[in-house]
Amino acid sequence: MAYTEAELAEELKNKKYEFGFVSNFDSDKAPKGLNEDIIRLISSKKNEPEWLLKYRLDAFRVWESMTEPEWAHLHHPPIDFQDLHYYSAPKTKKRLNSLDELDPELKSMYDKLGISTEEQKRLTGVAIDVVVDSVSVETSFKEKLGELGIIFCSFSEAVQEHPELVRKYLGTVVPTNDNFYAALNSAVFTDGSFCYIPPGTRCPMELSTYFRINDAQTGQFERTLVIADKGSYVSYLEGCTAPMRDENQLHAAIVELITMDDAEIKYSTIQNWYPGNEEGKGGIYNFVTKRGLCEGRNSKISWTQVETGSAITWKYPSCILKGDGSVGEFYSVAVTNNYQQADTGTKMIHIGKNTKSMIISKGISAGKSNNSYRGLVKVLPKAHNARNFSQCDSLLLGSECGAHTFPYIEAQNSSAKIEHEATTSKIGEDQIFYCLQRGIDEEKAVSLIVNGYAKEVLNKLPMEFAIEAQKLLSISLEGSVG
Amino acid sequence: MLTIKNLKASIEGNQILKGINLEVKPGEVHAIMGPNGSGKSTLASVLAGRDEYEAIADEVTFLGQDLMELAPEERSREGLFLAFQYPVEIPGVSNINFLKAAINAKRHHQGLEDISAKDFIAMVKEKQAMVELKSNLANRSVNEGFSGGEKKRNEIFQMAMLEPKLGILDETDSGLDIDALKIVSNGVNKLKGPDRAFVVITHYQRLLDYIVPDFVHVLFEGRIVKSGGKELALELEEKGYDWIKEEIGVHN
Ligand SMILES: Nc1ncnc2c1ncn2[C@@H]1O[C@H](COP(=O)(O)OP(=O)(O)OP(=O)(O)O)[C@@H](O)[C@H]1O
Ligand SMILES: [Mg+2]
Repeated sequence: MAYTEAELAEELKNKKYEFGFVSNFDSDKAPKGLNEDIIRLISSKKNEPEWLLKYRLDAFRVWESMTEPEWAHLHHPPIDFQDLHYYSAPKTKKRLNSLDELDPELKSMYDKLGISTEEQKRLTGVAIDVVVDSVSVETSFKEKLGELGIIFCSFSEAVQEHPELVRKYLGTVVPTNDNFYAALNSAVFTDGSFCYIPPGTRCPMELSTYFRINDAQTGQFERTLVIADKGSYVSYLEGCTAPMRDENQLHAAIVELITMDDAEIKYSTIQNWYPGNEEGKGGIYNFVTKRGLCEGRNSKISWTQVETGSAITWKYPSCILKGDGSVGEFYSVAVTNNYQQADTGTKMIHIGKNTKSMIISKGISAGKSNNSYRGLVKVLPKAHNARNFSQCDSLLLGSECGAHTFPYIEAQNSSAKIEHEATTSKIGEDQIFYCLQRGIDEEKAVSLIVNGYAKEVLNKLPMEFAIEAQKLLSISLEGSVG
Repeated sequence: MLTIKNLKASIEGNQILKGINLEVKPGEVHAIMGPNGSGKSTLASVLAGRDEYEAIADEVTFLGQDLMELAPEERSREGLFLAFQYPVEIPGVSNINFLKAAINAKRHHQGLEDISAKDFIAMVKEKQAMVELKSNLANRSVNEGFSGGEKKRNEIFQMAMLEPKLGILDETDSGLDIDALKIVSNGVNKLKGPDRAFVVITHYQRLLDYIVPDFVHVLFEGRIVKSGGKELALELEEKGYDWIKEEIGVHN
């Protein structure tokens, strides 16, 4: 359903009138639509302090003044932002005593991936914080982490328990007016994860959050904030699954990372939300703003992502290299099949001296899909001796898909050294035949070849995640040959 | 084991094979020689099931089955192995994983379980020693950055791992240094047995000093124009192909 600015304004007025500041509706779900009252409702539901409500309302006003961006390489029907529910709590508020009590759907996805939850638990003791439709249901291992002074909890909990930290850092990396979807998220985010690693502390386990989208027509607006204080280290895993769905779902998350002097954050993502069916119907719209700020000297932020899902993915995990000697890395595998569209890449903003960045992007396109890499390397005047290396490879399966590479380079300091390499290749008939001759069937052959191609990036993932990612690549390319 | 009667194959409208007849029995070694472009690799590809070729024949039977009815991967699992003239590189896929996938595909076909890690490692060690393949090559990506000779040696390593019934070697000797030639030939000889046959495509008698053929065939312009014993190879080495051309000229 399309709408004009005027219609939107009109609708907002009506909605306001229609619902007012209601208190007597099903407490699990806010009515459809977005206006100041809905935002007040979310904030009060979550028992938020006044400053946060103000933050949301300011963001809402900014959002109202913005228009939805249009992109050259992404196409989708207009989104009716008034036709979404902006708050829903899970039907069951039952606390999980163990991972075994996980939702069967989630479990069956694990099974398909060959990773049982039992195995998950055994493997290096992953602490999992599951977000079901915006409200954190389960936070584990918290006490153990607590002993080290590490805070790892849902965002709402952080607002209650550590408001000073949240207030200090929220929106410092991604300001509310950054882009249309960032403004929207800042106004209506319902939950997400919060993590703080105190100075000199090495987080002893991979911190992991499994997100999923559950309830029909609930847009997901997570907020993630990870702060690594001086000399600390954390590896953070974000993985997603979503059940089959017929209607497009909007997902607009914000992830903010901050590293102080000598600190390091390794942020890994597997994104496998419902991509839509073979005809391109359904699927998730994934418009995410992810950004890391290397605030301190010699700090490091490393993004690794395996993107196989969503009907449309628009995301550019970025690094602002502010501290002298800081390092930003981006390793990405993006797979598109059928009618999927992905426009992804990174921005590396070199501000401090001797800053370094590394970009390795591997795009895989199949079916009638479109896969674009868009990367910006920007070197500001004071960034002496900045270094960047970028490598962007595209692999095509079949002749109906597309791959596009858009590298942008802006160097304002002549000492900068920037290298860019790009290749496009097709899976060779010869390679497939070689596999067939050894008894390996075509589907498996493609899976082997594709995983080999993506290996450089998969190797950057924590072990158990890498195995899952390999299987995911194969699953998402099922039926793309032959 | 393999019976070929009147096999014809064409690609993009060009007929390359013009009626091949060949009978290979278990335990035999057949050498196929012939000038460049005569169709030797084409014959190997058609037998392996490459679908670019349009192939027809009165009969192609492999171990009692109609070979042309089988998909390439089924032919492999039934025991047909082709050591390629130009082995392809598969970046990022380790030789070991590749072979494990191949062996398990074959085992599943035979109704067996996946090979155990222990058995697999033992097998890799044994076969690696057999063809004296540097152990780091087994762990590297399939043929990626291998020298020409290393690629050929890797083909024989794979053959040893897969233990086929029929091994077709397409110019495995080209690109091998003298020591490697001996080692690879030794490997092949160790694989020889009463149930296993080889078709060895080569340009050089040298290889046949090590892998001694029971039959030598000359392929010329898509036909086997002459067959003989191992002495035919010596004669070809000495005199080249001209006399055969003359002979056919006479017979035609
Ligand atoms: N796609 C094609 N279209 C036309 N002709 C082709 C095609 N592919 C192969 N040929 C021809 O088929 C003939 C046989 O090639 P083949 O590779 O089988 O020769 P060969 O006997 O193995 O030669 P060599 O000793 O050089 O390896 C050659 O003349 C080659 O040019
Ligand atoms: Mg040849």
